[in-house]
Amino acid sequence: MATTESITLEQIKPGQDLPDLSMDIDVTNVVLGALASRDWRPMHHDKDFAVDRNGTRHIFVNTPHNAAYFEKYITDWTGPKGRLGRIKFRMKDSVFPGDTMVFRGSVEEVRTDEQGCGWADVKIDLLVGDAVTTSCTASVAIPTSSDDNPWKRTGNDWQP
Amino acid sequence: MSDLKEIPAEVEAWIGQERYPLESEFDVERAYIFNSCASTENGNPLFWDEKVADETTDGFIAPPSMISVWFRPHFWTPYRTEEGKPMQTHFDLKDALDLPEAIMTDNTIVFGVPVRIGDRLRTHQVINYISDPKTTKLGHGRFWEIEIVYTNQKDELVGKELYTGFGYRRDA
Repeated sequence: MATTESITLEQIKPGQDLPDLSMDIDVTNVVLGALASRDWRPMHHDKDFAVDRNGTRHIFVNTPHNAAYFEKYITDWTGPKGRLGRIKFRMKDSVFPGDTMVFRGSVEEVRTDEQGCGWADVKIDLLVGDAVTTSCTASVAIPTSSDDNPWKRTGNDWQP
Repeated sequence: MSDLKEIPAEVEAWIGQERYPLESEFDVERAYIFNSCASTENGNPLFWDEKVADETTDGFIAPPSMISVWFRPHFWTPYRTEEGKPMQTHFDLKDALDLPEAIMTDNTIVFGVPVRIGDRLRTHQVINYISDPKTTKLGHGRFWEIEIVYTNQKDELVGKELYTGFGYRRDA
């Protein structure tokens, strides 16, 4: 039975590590992510095109799929009441079939804004081997207590 | 290293303009949400469990990171004669600046009201800047930033994306 159990702001401290997440990537993952994000461009399903036109070694994970992985990593940690406010990532290299992705994150800041919304600012590296392929920062709204729910915030009370 | 063409006056005029106002080709639907969650093994009960969704978000919503998905055109429709491109401004810049290859480097997404099942979203695109010529390991070209604004059928802001693109020639 699924629950709404979620982390609360008092349980988070700056410098705290998020649990690592490791995921193996194969051709099906890359193609599924591209099609789920309605990205029909051939470099995400046609290896010959990716190699010959893009100069990459294989097809590779597309941008919205990358974003979806970061969202999963963050909300696996927060629980369903964690509400993404802002996410930024820089892709330094691509993720290819055969790679094992490791997401490694930490809390940079814990704060409450003028509207009383609790926030955790997190920094996440997506590693393949020892190399950071994508670096990400995100601000996620966190319940300030077990009764709080950031998803109920509307209008001026939501300032991501 | 090849010389890059100057930025044409027509392209300079695009900077800051609202371009390509567009309504999505279909309503927000759960099937794509399941596909997206399956592609990342995202088991967040907001997207799978009706009771949790009702209690937490007053019904099913879409994962926020899917915001661009709802505007990607069908691969084919009987009504379109040209290939549909999801970020036409990006491709316009490639063509107008004569840069045959391009990648996205940075992506920032700011989320507003949740996207709900059945929403019909609208969007427009704005070029924020085009850089001077730059050389990277990929080639010689220019960076640009495109802002994409998303609203719902109530004109509520559901999100805003900033993309940094790099258009280039590989003969650097």
